[in-house]
Amino acid sequence: MLNPEIDLNTVDWNAMPDQAGHFGIYGGRFAAETLMEAIEELSDAYEKLKDDPELLATIDRDLAFYVGRPSPLYHAERWSKELGGAQIYLKREDLNHTGAHKINNTIGQVLLAKHMGKTRIIAETGAGQHGVATATICARLGLECVVYMGSVDIERQAPNVFRMKLLGAEVRAVDSGSKTLKDALNEAMRDWVTNVDNTFYCIGTVAGPDPYPKMVRDFQAVIGREAKRQCIEQTGRLPDALIACVGGGSNAIGLFHDFLGDTDVEIYGVEAAGRGLNTQEHAAPLCKGKPGVLHGNRMYLMADTDGQVVETHSVSAGLDYPGVGPEHCWLKDVGRANYVGVTDDEAMAGFHALTRIEGIIPALESSHALAYAMKKAPEMRPDQTIVVSLSGRGDKDINTVAALEGITL
Amino acid sequence: MSRISSTLENLKQQGKSALIPYVTAGDSDPGLTVPLMHSMVKAGVDAIELGVPFSDPMADGPTIQLACERALKHNTSLHDVLDMVKEFRQTDDKTPVILMGYLNPLEAMGYEAFAVAAKESGVDGMLTVDLPPEEAHDLLSALKANDVDAVFLLSPTTRQHRIKRIVEAGSGYLYYVSLKGVTGSNKLDVADVESHVKNIKEYTDLPVGVGFGIKDAETAAAVAKVSDAVIVGSVLVKMIEENPDDDDIIITKTSELLADMRQAMDKTL
Repeated sequence: MLNPEIDLNTVDWNAMPDQAGHFGIYGGRFAAETLMEAIEELSDAYEKLKDDPELLATIDRDLAFYVGRPSPLYHAERWSKELGGAQIYLKREDLNHTGAHKINNTIGQVLLAKHMGKTRIIAETGAGQHGVATATICARLGLECVVYMGSVDIERQAPNVFRMKLLGAEVRAVDSGSKTLKDALNEAMRDWVTNVDNTFYCIGTVAGPDPYPKMVRDFQAVIGREAKRQCIEQTGRLPDALIACVGGGSNAIGLFHDFLGDTDVEIYGVEAAGRGLNTQEHAAPLCKGKPGVLHGNRMYLMADTDGQVVETHSVSAGLDYPGVGPEHCWLKDVGRANYVGVTDDEAMAGFHALTRIEGIIPALESSHALAYAMKKAPEMRPDQTIVVSLSGRGDKDINTVAALEGITL
Repeated sequence: MSRISSTLENLKQQGKSALIPYVTAGDSDPGLTVPLMHSMVKAGVDAIELGVPFSDPMADGPTIQLACERALKHNTSLHDVLDMVKEFRQTDDKTPVILMGYLNPLEAMGYEAFAVAAKESGVDGMLTVDLPPEEAHDLLSALKANDVDAVFLLSPTTRQHRIKRIVEAGSGYLYYVSLKGVTGSNKLDVADVESHVKNIKEYTDLPVGVGFGIKDAETAAAVAKVSDAVIVGSVLVKMIEENPDDDDIIITKTSELLADMRQAMDKTL
């Protein structure tokens, strides 16, 4: 069933997923019966409201005046020249309010929650960006907010933990399993099952049981719609390639989705290769995993031969996840997108390059995409363009970077 | 008729409700599981739910999650669990054994290979927590071809259209989750359980077992009155957790509780 023969020019990319939430063999609703009613309620509400002109107008207004959209598409001229190949354009999601793309999604979901009459919002977070984005909207709308976060991540993303608390959210440490993002997701699902009457689970990535992968994609697709328009305005044509980092895959789907039908545009998703794709210490399910089922959907997953999910490693908390959104899995199988790995060290090089050459401190997650652009650009001509998703800013990571380099702040 | 169906049918004719304990296979070490299964049968249980350890048991509370972690420390795999059932069957061909777990270990083994191995090992049923009937087609046909029952969960929030779908897909018995939450929670309301079980029975002749939140003989007896089977898990697993290196104490304590439950359930006849 993998790699089906598909003519990419005839695919209706907006027709995915199917009615049951499947992207090919991926996606679906693999949830305990205790959650199915809540999932169906969410799905019904989303289907009813996703084209509601009033809700869409509210979201657009918030994106413009609260988040600061459209985010700029910035020509990194000096860096492009230095690399000596394609022109690199950065989609500046780091300039959004709260410093990452995550808020595009939380605005949509939390407004939906409010329409559904839910008074309590829960979320999981890895790097803390989704937690901060959720806490931010909850503060603004006056809703209770509980964020689950692995205790390892709490340690390495301390500034974001404090931001969430300042915003009035309760941050609950998760000490089970690998104490990272996947365990935070498990715990959030348990909370949801228990408090299903008044609680809305705001998932931060394009994974989870249907409708999450499509709903989060729809809210993030604004990235690619803007980037396409801006690229045409600035260069007179579509880009030759897109690059984005992929953990769960929300900023990547956000950038990619509007370009899927433009089959001349090459698409690259960059996974965290950690200490190397040939070691056991990475977080690259698309490069190295196999299809499996976790967190409500079928996806490429890092698991052992017994089907137990294995611990992952990445220098960036936001990419440290053993699975990946089902739409990416399908895009890989049909050959529309390429998925590659970038190691911790390469990502650090990307981090420093952008900081020193362009004066922009990127998030460690986004640094993976930048590192791949550093490889890819020199292979291309100077009249070609690459759009890179700069999904978040790196302020939250300075402690990690300092520690890695043996510097005490 | 399957071993599950005939066991439950027998009990029904005696006017009794079944007592079904749950333990996680390989907890706290793989050597305990088979002796524990036998001791529970001796204490009066009618069938056994054996948990297949999984790294991410999302629908379970902390008690069963820790049990999975203990079992996985010994690398207890689905293959190992099937071997345990095979060993149990050498001296017990009467007590139904139902595996309860998450889908990914089955995906890793392959549905067909799993169903064949399950039958060979003497497994009677499979409850896959994160597999609703909508996604179950392929596994169901593999189980059916090998005469392994597919047990499904129903919850307090399950609405009519889903009850219909689930009772059609299920066989052996149905597992009604008595409260909103994860395993090990404690807010069970017997009157509420009774009305839900009655409602489910309007759609099916399958026996309905009730689990989640049954911790003592009194509750077991009350639930027995309104259902076909009483499923007891976290309280037993807690006993394993509290006595990690003492199999004898675990066997004594679990046997005492199960015998008390059995007695209380039968007294209510």
